[in-house]
Amino acid sequence: MSMLEKISFAACVAVALSTSAMADDKNGLGTNVGLGQPITESDIKPWDITILPDGTNLPPGSGTAVVGAKLFLEKGCNACHGEGGTGGSNGAVITDIPLAGRGIEATKTIKNFWGSSTTVFDFIRRAMPWPAPRTLTDDEVYALTAFILEGNKLIPPGTVMDAKSLPQVKMPNKDGFIIKFPDRI
Amino acid sequence: MTKKNDITALDEVAGNGLLSRRLLLRGGVAMAGAASTLVATQGASAEPLKEPEWSRYQGTTVEPMGRRSKNEKDTTRILTNPKGEPRTQHARTPHHLLNGQITPNHLHFTILHNGIPDIDPEQHKLVIHGMVKQPIVLSMDRLMRYPMVTRQTFIECGGNSAALFSNEPVQANLQSLHGLVSNAEWTGVPLSAVLDEVGIDPKAKWMLVEGADTAAITRSVPLKKALDDAILVLFQNGERLMAEQGYPVRLLLPGWEGNMNIKYVRRIKIVDQPALTYYEARNYSPLLPDAKAYRFFFVNEVKSFITHPSFGMKLNEPGYYEISGIAYSGAGRIERVQVTADGGKTWADAAVQGPTMHKAFTRFHIPWRWDGKPAVLSSRAVDDGGNIQPLRDDFVRERGVTQKPVTNPFGFPNQHYNSLTSWGINAKGEISHVYA
Repeated sequence: MSMLEKISFAACVAVALSTSAMADDKNGLGTNVGLGQPITESDIKPWDITILPDGTNLPPGSGTAVVGAKLFLEKGCNACHGEGGTGGSNGAVITDIPLAGRGIEATKTIKNFWGSSTTVFDFIRRAMPWPAPRTLTDDEVYALTAFILEGNKLIPPGTVMDAKSLPQVKMPNKDGFIIKFPDRI
Repeated sequence: MTKKNDITALDEVAGNGLLSRRLLLRGGVAMAGAASTLVATQGASAEPLKEPEWSRYQGTTVEPMGRRSKNEKDTTRILTNPKGEPRTQHARTPHHLLNGQITPNHLHFTILHNGIPDIDPEQHKLVIHGMVKQPIVLSMDRLMRYPMVTRQTFIECGGNSAALFSNEPVQANLQSLHGLVSNAEWTGVPLSAVLDEVGIDPKAKWMLVEGADTAAITRSVPLKKALDDAILVLFQNGERLMAEQGYPVRLLLPGWEGNMNIKYVRRIKIVDQPALTYYEARNYSPLLPDAKAYRFFFVNEVKSFITHPSFGMKLNEPGYYEISGIAYSGAGRIERVQVTADGGKTWADAAVQGPTMHKAFTRFHIPWRWDGKPAVLSSRAVDDGGNIQPLRDDFVRERGVTQKPVTNPFGFPNQHYNSLTSWGINAKGEISHVYA
């Protein structure tokens, strides 16, 4: 080991020691080993697609149903969700089937079941279109979201969907849920 | 004169020939068989033994990867989408062909919503951020250096056994009905150790966990669970995770519904509220008969089913059989399993295979002497929290049934079924699914 190597090795040890001394060692095993590499939120941004029901982290941009209807065709959404989103092998996204009176077999739709409008935006951006998820722009996701919400008569015609308006959309079944195990949360 | 191992009337502990589990301990089961199959034993006499062909020559050459016997080639999973069409793929574990408690890796059930991603572990990264003092990113190389733990636990799809919401019995085998649960030994890093490092904001209550799969599946998980027994899993039954189980790293939430055990974990975001992601907002919110629905069901509650004998098998003659099955609870350890052979009129305690483990498969056994008459077999488990597997009537009253019979055993008329499974045996020894 050259002198330079010795010095840098010693410096590394010193840094490691000071890091572990600062950390809490709750379980006494020294598991707070400090192996995680610090990273900034701005460097995580390209991956951070989490949307919360109150609108937290919705991106800039906007869209309307008119644009969304065009995209629905262009992006091939109708292949699985039927013409105009009203059917297809993977289910209608625009439909007016009641939840009540059909027992446990009732079809859960966006309109009759989903508790939050943000879920629509999140799932389109995250997982659609099936063959190429996360290729839509945020404007396109807003437009498709507007197309679905307007088709389901959950927003008045022409309503612009953006970070502000989307979380305010009232979902009919918002209060239709019972928390199964509140003590686990 | 009564010898120590003789079967007596006292050994029959419940209706239709259920025998005391104590017989298993004192080796009395041989006598239990002899007592009723005396005629068969004295009938055709065995032939003189010969040296078989396969014992005379050198066998095949050992290969780097072990191979099971070619005679076991039918022990495979059932697939719902073998051509990989653009929809979900399910593979179900053949519990009727397995025994013991561990599910072999290549037979572990799996569900993929957009195929198995081909992830390079050298490039894969896990980032933890959100309401934390210091966001971090971990390479797999670094993650491997944390202190690890090993535990057995089952993973069960929230939709396992869903066909049993049918109003009429479903004539399908055990694999079709209950194949979306498996049990393995998992090794990895306790999530709490990694979370310690980022410094969680005390106002945070949830984490969003997300995979690097094409569908970027994400679920909201209470931090309470994350800090209790969650593990970032790297090894499955001793070897690196199977690609279809989340290689190189998956989240394990012992006892909680399969979909939450996010595979290919690449991001954990600490937050103050649940996100109501697609799978928690829709699929895994089970509907109740009055159109309300449960949200955040999470726990796979106490459950058991008989694997041997089960649908599709045949009892060829009256006499001694062992009834055996699997019990588990997402809320604790199996404390007791009872078995009935008369459709629930009388119950007997089965022998429970020890040592029992929290949130893991527990095999149970009970000796049985079948008299050749119709019988209905069923099992019922109790965990150490006092949770009892619900009887069919009680379960249906709360959770409902379908209006029409379920014809596709792979469908999901609802979620989180944990009531009984009953097998009806007719005088010919044929086994069908029944409700009792």
